[in-house]
Order: sequence, then C-alpha cells, then structure tokens
Amino acid sequence: MEKTVNQKAWFLVLPVLFLVAFSAVLPLMTVVNYAFQDTFGNNQFFWAGLSWFSDLLHSDRMWSALGRQMVFSIIILAIEVPLGIFVALNMPKKGFWASFCLVTMSLPLLIPWNVVGTIWQIFGRVDIGLLGYTLDKLGIPYNYTQEFYAAWATVIVMDVWHWTSLVALLAYAGLQSIPDAYYQAAKIDQASRWKVFRFIELPKIMGVMMIAILLRFMDSFMIYTEPFVVTGGGPGNSTTFLSIDLVKMALGQFDLGPAAAFSLMYFLVIMLISWVFYTIMTNLEKREGA
Amino acid sequence: MAKITLDNLAHSYLRNPKSEDDFALKELNHDWADGEAYALLGSSGCGKSTLLNIISGLLHPSQGRILFDGKDVTNAPTTERNIAQVFQFPVVYDTMTVRENLAFPLKNRGADAAYVAARVQEIAGMIGMEATLDRKARGLTADAKQKISLGRGMVREDVNALLFDEPLTVIDPHMKWELRTQLKSLHHSFGHTMIYVTHDQTEALTFADKVVVMYDGRVVQIGTPEELFERPAHTFVGYFIGSPGMNLLPAEIAGTTARIDGVNIPMASGYGPLSGKLEIGVRPEFTRLSATEGLPVRIRRIEDVGRHKIVRADFQGTEINIIAEEGASIGADMTKVTFDAAQINVYANDWRVQGEAA
Repeated sequence: MEKTVNQKAWFLVLPVLFLVAFSAVLPLMTVVNYAFQDTFGNNQFFWAGLSWFSDLLHSDRMWSALGRQMVFSIIILAIEVPLGIFVALNMPKKGFWASFCLVTMSLPLLIPWNVVGTIWQIFGRVDIGLLGYTLDKLGIPYNYTQEFYAAWATVIVMDVWHWTSLVALLAYAGLQSIPDAYYQAAKIDQASRWKVFRFIELPKIMGVMMIAILLRFMDSFMIYTEPFVVTGGGPGNSTTFLSIDLVKMALGQFDLGPAAAFSLMYFLVIMLISWVFYTIMTNLEKREGA
Repeated sequence: MAKITLDNLAHSYLRNPKSEDDFALKELNHDWADGEAYALLGSSGCGKSTLLNIISGLLHPSQGRILFDGKDVTNAPTTERNIAQVFQFPVVYDTMTVRENLAFPLKNRGADAAYVAARVQEIAGMIGMEATLDRKARGLTADAKQKISLGRGMVREDVNALLFDEPLTVIDPHMKWELRTQLKSLHHSFGHTMIYVTHDQTEALTFADKVVVMYDGRVVQIGTPEELFERPAHTFVGYFIGSPGMNLLPAEIAGTTARIDGVNIPMASGYGPLSGKLEIGVRPEFTRLSATEGLPVRIRRIEDVGRHKIVRADFQGTEINIIAEEGASIGADMTKVTFDAAQINVYANDWRVQGEAA
C-alpha cells in the first residue's frame, strides 16, 4: 500500500517552533554566547574559549556553593519524604476531616515564594517574631542573621514547612488507590503494621514517590527566593546556595562571562540528575510490566 | 477447627438504624457445625459478604455475639480469630515471589522454616503453580493471582474456619471446576469448617454439604441441595434455585384443591384455612403440557437446550415454564398445563406452608 506523502504538515509545527525558539532557544544561546566570550564594554566581545569554564572548575567559591547545595537538598529530602509519607499514612481516609486536612495542607503550596520567605523572616526575628522571641526568652541562642546553625535551621524548617505537603499529598493519592481488600487480606494473614506498610503500601506508592523525590530534588537544587529573602545567603556565605551565588555573580558583580559558564554547568548538572532519575523510574515501570 | 455460633446477630451500616429495613443483615441465630462445608447463596447485596466479614472480624456487628466453640469472640480482632479468608478479587503482595506470598501467613505466625518450605510446596502442587514459585507475583494473570490468594487461604492447617467470598469469579470456567474439586478434596482431608459465598447456584450445590440461602439480609432456608430443590421454604429459594426457577401462581386453597381462575388443581397434601397472599409453586420439571385438562395457557416460545426443551408459556400475564423431554412432540392443540400433584408447594406470604398428607 502506498502512503500519501504530504510534507505540508510540517508547516503546522512552525508556530510551536517559533514559540520555543523565542522563549527558550534564543535566550539559552545568548547565555552560551556569553560563556565563550569576554567584553570590556562598548558591545565589543573577545573570544575567551574555555577559560571561564576552567576558571570555574578551579574556583573554591563554586565548589563550596555546590557542596552547600548538595547538603541542603539531601537534608530536605531526608526529612520531607519520610515525613510526608508519615503524614499521609495518618490522614483520615474519607469524610469531612479528610477534606479539611487536604485543604489545610495545600495552603503552604499556594503562598508565593517570596511571601513564604517574608513570613519566616519575620517569624524568626528575635525582637518581634513569635518564634525568635520565644526561643530567645527560653534562653536558646537563636539569631539567623548571625549564627550559622540558626540560619541553616531556619532555611531547612522553612522548606519543610513549605513543601512537605506536596510529598504528603502525592503519597496520600497513592495510598487512596489501594483497595480495601488488601488491608483485609493483610489482617487475615496476620501481618504486622510494619509489614502492611512494607509489602502493601510502599510498593503501591513507589512510583508516585519517585516523582515526588524528583520534583523536590529539582526544586530544592534551584532554590533561590526563600533563603534570599530570609538570610540573603548569610551569615557570611553560609546559606549561599548555587542560584544565590549565580545571581550575585551575574547581577552583583556583573561578571557575565563566568556567570554564563556557571549557568550552563548548573543546567547540565540538573539535566544529568533528572536523566538518572528518569532512567531509574522507567526501569521500575518496566519491571512492573514484566 | 471450630463450631461457629451466631447469637442474635444483626448488622447495619447506619449508625442509628431505625427500622428493620436499615439492617443489611437481619437478626440471625445459627450454628455452623464443626468441619462442615457450607455454601452461602444469594443474589448480590443480600448480606452474604457482610455476614462473612463479621465472622472473620473485619466488621463489628451492630448487635449480637459470635462464638467459636462456645468462646465469645465478638470483640476479638481478626488476627486472634485465626481465620482464613479469600476475597472476590485477587490480593497478592506484588513485590514478593509466589513462594514468599504463600509462606507469608505462616511466617507471620512464626512457623518453623522447614515446615513452611514443605507446606508451601504442597500448596503449590494443589493450585498447580510449582513451576512459577520463584517468579515475582507482579505481572501474573488475574487467575494466577487468584490461585495464589486461594493458596494463601489454604496454607494454614490450624485455622478455625476457611471463608471464601466468591473466590472463583475471575477464574476461567475449566479452571473453576478444577479448583472447586481441589477445595472439596481439601475439605475431605483436613475437615475444616468452610463457608463459601457465591451467587452461582451450580457452584453452591456442587461444593457444599449444606446450602444457606439468603434473601434481603435474612437466611430463608438452610438445607441440602435436594431439600432446596424439592421443598423450597421461601418463594425466593424456588425462584433462585433451578433453571428456570419455580412457577408461582396465585391461587385459592381449599383442602387438597388449589383453585386458579375457576380451574381446580388437585394436590397430594391437604391444607387448613390459610390467610394472606396465597400461591402455589411447582417446578418446571413437574409441569406438563396437555391437550385436554388443566390451566389454559398461551405458549410464547420453545427453547431447545439440548438435553430437554423449555416451554415458555403465559397464563394471564404470569409466566409458566415447562420442561419437556427432548423427544416429546408438542402439538398445536396442547395449550393446557397440568401439575404433578405430589410436587405442588403452597406458599402463604412467600413462606411455605407444611401440608398434611391427604
């Protein structure tokens, strides 16, 4: 059978092509452009080759920011994923209280990020903030603008407050899809609570949890607004995460070349990690299908 | 293994049941004898599963008590009752192998490893899954999964009772026979008390020593397959068991005669004065076509099902079914129906009335 050949259909793709070109490809190419050149103003550019990249790879500043970023992402994943699952397991399954919990838990997700930052910035202040004032009166030394641990604790608790709901809601959705018969059969089989979780609930929420971990990892790896509002990256550089450092470099010091090289590598790292996740997830699905 | 006693048991899914209609399971007193195989038969939504879940402790009854060998277990959780139950839809633990699935209930009770291995092998042979023992349960077909569920139900030898909640619904017809036979032989060799819920009369009649028929939250008859066929205690039993079900005709009853629309029908038993909604019930097997005597009917259709013919007739809007021999010739003038006098049952308000031999 002969197929009709009609190349005109390609024209239908053109609008999308233009949109993507203007919104993504061109800006990205600008960044690429900066990453390989240097300028001293007057719109005159000089070829810089890979020197920005090699500078960056030898920069302590970048490596320490990356280290802080990794530690931050790992800590919040280690807290938010188990906590989110725990919350989901203990939520009511139906009725008024189920809806109530869902709405209440969605609230932090609906607040604009800089507002979240502002809320915690004020909440933690020793003079007027409820949390800061209380801790101070209890005799616990807490000042996120001056102390390393206080600053980290604030940023982490803020992120947990902001995003655990997302993990919990995803886990809850996964748990809701388990038929009652599974729990009944587990009772008949005299399975302990732990075994019910290990052999019924965990396998059923595995897929959705992989998505939650991926989302939370990417988001936390790119975190900017909230710590910027609360600590501004301080005290010192102690909460200067990758994107805060990047903005300082690009807009504070106006080092466009190094900043462009920095963003490209940042982008590649996130791509790489997402690809690893994607591969693991599709493998899991394949195993499920087998 | 235990005798299970239901004492004034009733259940409602509403918190404050007002009338009897609010009860999914109406008040019930019954002993399930130790080691007997029962089938619980009834149409969907008649309370069969409710009753089963109350026995296994998954549901707490609104009123009444459950006793195992005279010991009150009404408030005991499922794990303490030591009951095996198989559900309508397969439940397997996806991440475990078939072997681990079968061993799960034994391991949870802390059984000895050598015993578990031997027992699992034996059960795998029974359900025909020895070859797939080391496969992950995920990705098996629905009937393989259900066989695993059945196997998990049978793996414990010391259970007080084995409950089956329509377990063969998802299984292929030829496999159904095989598994049902396996269940029966299991019953013979171990003598567990078994309760088997189904809405399939063939399944119920072939599996069980005693069939319990439920209708609208109530047990309407408990009996052997033969009793259910010949002497249905309630019009529902007559209608539900048999294919087609029993013919029911409104009648006036006087002594040994039933009178329908001016036609007298002789009966083998006699009845005193009766009140309420009166009907006679006769199975299609005991109904004959005739050219000369009986009720005048209109024949609508004749179905030839191979072994016999089913004549679908109509008497003033009431359907009458007649089973005729495969070879019987049905003439155009045979438009009347007669009944086997000894096989006529009389019902007052849907319940059977015991007649006296005339």
